[in-house]
Amino acid sequence: MNYHRFDSIIVGAGGAGLMAALESSKSVGTAVVSKLYPTRSHTGAAQGGIAAALSNLEEDSWENHAYDTIKGGDFLVDQTAAEILCREAIDAIYDLEHMGLPFDRTADGRISQRRFGGHTKPSPDGSGKRVPVMRACHAADRTGHMILQTLYQQCIKQGVTFFDEFHMLDLIMEDGECHGIVAIEIATGELHTFHAKSVLLSTGGFGRIFKVSSNAYALTGDGPAIAWRHGVPLEDMEFFQFHPTGIYRLGILLSEACRGDGGIMFNGKGERFMETYAPNMKDLASRDVCSRAIYQEVRAGRGVGGKDYVYLDIRAETINKYGTSPTGGTVDSHWVEHRLPDIIDFARTYLGVDPIKEPMPIQPTAHYAMGGVPTNIDTEVIRDPSGTVVPGLYSAGESACVSVHGANRLGTNSLVDLVVFGKRAGRAMAEHARQTKFSTKPIDPEAPTKQLIEGVLARPRTEPWVKIRDEMQRTMMDNCGVYRTGETLTTAKNDIAQLQSRYKSTGVQDKGSVFNTGLLEVLELGCLLDLAEATVASALARKESRGAHSREDFPDRDDTNFFGHTLVYRVGEGETSIAYKDVDVITLEKDGQVTTKYPLEIRKY
Amino acid sequence: MSTAALASDMRTLKVKIKRYNPELDEAPHWEEYTTEADPLDRVLDVIQKVKWYQDETLALRRSCAHGVCGSDAMRINGVNALACKILVRNVKGDTLTLEPILGLPVIKDLIVDMKPFFDHYKSVMPFLINDEPAPTTERLQSPADRARFDETTKCILCACCTTACPPFWSDNKYVGPAAIVNAHRFIFDSRDRGAQERLDILNDAEGVWRCRTVFNCTSACPRDIKVTQAISEVKRALLGGSIEMDRDPLQIIEA
Repeated sequence: MNYHRFDSIIVGAGGAGLMAALESSKSVGTAVVSKLYPTRSHTGAAQGGIAAALSNLEEDSWENHAYDTIKGGDFLVDQTAAEILCREAIDAIYDLEHMGLPFDRTADGRISQRRFGGHTKPSPDGSGKRVPVMRACHAADRTGHMILQTLYQQCIKQGVTFFDEFHMLDLIMEDGECHGIVAIEIATGELHTFHAKSVLLSTGGFGRIFKVSSNAYALTGDGPAIAWRHGVPLEDMEFFQFHPTGIYRLGILLSEACRGDGGIMFNGKGERFMETYAPNMKDLASRDVCSRAIYQEVRAGRGVGGKDYVYLDIRAETINKYGTSPTGGTVDSHWVEHRLPDIIDFARTYLGVDPIKEPMPIQPTAHYAMGGVPTNIDTEVIRDPSGTVVPGLYSAGESACVSVHGANRLGTNSLVDLVVFGKRAGRAMAEHARQTKFSTKPIDPEAPTKQLIEGVLARPRTEPWVKIRDEMQRTMMDNCGVYRTGETLTTAKNDIAQLQSRYKSTGVQDKGSVFNTGLLEVLELGCLLDLAEATVASALARKESRGAHSREDFPDRDDTNFFGHTLVYRVGEGETSIAYKDVDVITLEKDGQVTTKYPLEIRKY
Repeated sequence: MSTAALASDMRTLKVKIKRYNPELDEAPHWEEYTTEADPLDRVLDVIQKVKWYQDETLALRRSCAHGVCGSDAMRINGVNALACKILVRNVKGDTLTLEPILGLPVIKDLIVDMKPFFDHYKSVMPFLINDEPAPTTERLQSPADRARFDETTKCILCACCTTACPPFWSDNKYVGPAAIVNAHRFIFDSRDRGAQERLDILNDAEGVWRCRTVFNCTSACPRDIKVTQAISEVKRALLGGSIEMDRDPLQIIEA
């Protein structure tokens, strides 16, 4: 047995994992286990910005940010967590800057900020209306790249231990506690046991359950899937964000910064359709609202050429014509090119379209899991509605559900989540490690993993596994996408069950040990299928529409019956059960009167 | 947009891949596959189609599939590129020839050992050095000072540049273009105080002076970084003993 022992083991080397590593390694033995080289992590693909109420370009407050976050999440957000997110965001940004992050600058040398969907403040005219605010700190349209690089650079400086291209395949769980992980060394095919006091799942999202996605191939939700198999519930899985502006067919993300900087979406008739769906915020409404609007336009035959896409227009002449530049002044092509260089490169490369001269064909793309492994505000994983902690197990970033995003995440808040809760995770893990002793050395922890791998290698290849993946992605896109009904979800449920059974009967061609990427892809598909199952079960149970979960058979939000977080459990093969957990609501007491700080309201933009 | 851009017209491609499996082969050899490809497909899509439907034993790295993670650097028809950033319609002829990048040990098929590459990267101290007490808010930096090193912040460490460099092929102790690019990113950052240490590291026969200005690195960079120019700026800083600007920073129009 290849045996390693660290106080803290961090699985995944994206923003949350690296942030946790920097924090944890300050005081206890820490190692990062990642199936990719850290700089390949998908945090690097985040584009437009990271929100914090710095007030560098206009007056703003963390309270404004918290209100927007809670409203953006259609009130399913846990409010204490949201306040932590928005308050700690400010120092987190300064920390990143001190680490060397090359933010764009204002004329007076401060961090530059731009507008993003759903980020507002009360109108200065006192009308009570809310107006867009420049809150997203940015480095062109490659903010995530800069965050990932900066955090990795700091890890090198601090001498953090990395196990690069080690792929986690199991958690070591005993009596409801986590004592480490089992991982395969991809270069040799050997298994390794990592014995630990604290384990962090920061494995990112799982957008690859859908056909059109902005997510990397590596985003297969290994952390949530493996935790689920060990009896940990998954929270709010029915809330999956479709980003409105993905490149047609490919789903590659075109940042919301396009619209923050003045870009506009048009239908096939050349109409600025968001005026109908969000009269106040228009193209800067939140993502779920914009994605539904695109679907409605396409359904009404107003897609471009009657097809299933619309246009995103970032031409300077369009921004000037509609007066949508952030400052209200005029802009030119050079400005657009300076603000959105990667977007322009993507459109030129993948569409053969020059966005300086033409609009870009776009469609909604599966982008972000609001749901994931349930945690408390210290990133400790919880196992039930009353918040019972799973000792030794932590989660942060997209793989977790803390829940700061509720039913729909605001643009830029994922990056805030990574740095704020990644840091809290590192701190909590180190604290736990200092206060506890190592468990006794686990006995044969690799046995289940060996059995799993030998099973796949031994099976005949009855069909290419990729067909199973394609069918899963198609049914999830068609039946569990932007719009769902009880009927489509039942179809998806049956499809997934049938695919699960086919999955268990097919094997792989490559039986080797060195870089057997076929084997790993099959194991990843197993995770995706489980997460698809959890998503569909959660969506079937929630008979209301809220945020990113739009049930056409239950079109209204139902606060009487569904003002709660879903917890979905795996109780057997293809069998799930559902429980609900209260939303954390902050109450205020004044003169004996108890009121809520963020009263429920109908969500309009 | 023109409808032509979205029109698809499948074509047949011969895909020649240099294969090597350390568990089976004594030496690398070529294998050929034939597949249908859409002109809008990425080369990565073509390779994965071969892998998924014809030969699952084929090994490659990939993740983001749109040119930002840097996993899938390889030699495509003799030129270093990311397989996810080249479209089939830009492939000349009917044959796609794929090989691992040069100068790093091949592990399996299109996968090379990246450790020597990252070791060179780490050797130039690629992190901000500034021990002065930080202010309670951000350190200030003018737009012009920020623009000074903008180019080299774009690096994704894919190794396309370093493994396209003839001096690196013949001398793997040479730190290589990517490491110098990342040193440049800090040497010219007005907030950094470690320029001299990095310049001392690079003032070596295995540092910048191994560069012969071949420009392969610049043409290979999928992020369009002017790599050779960045290396020249480091050389000039060494010769002049100064990191003062020797060209106008980008003109920036701030909102």
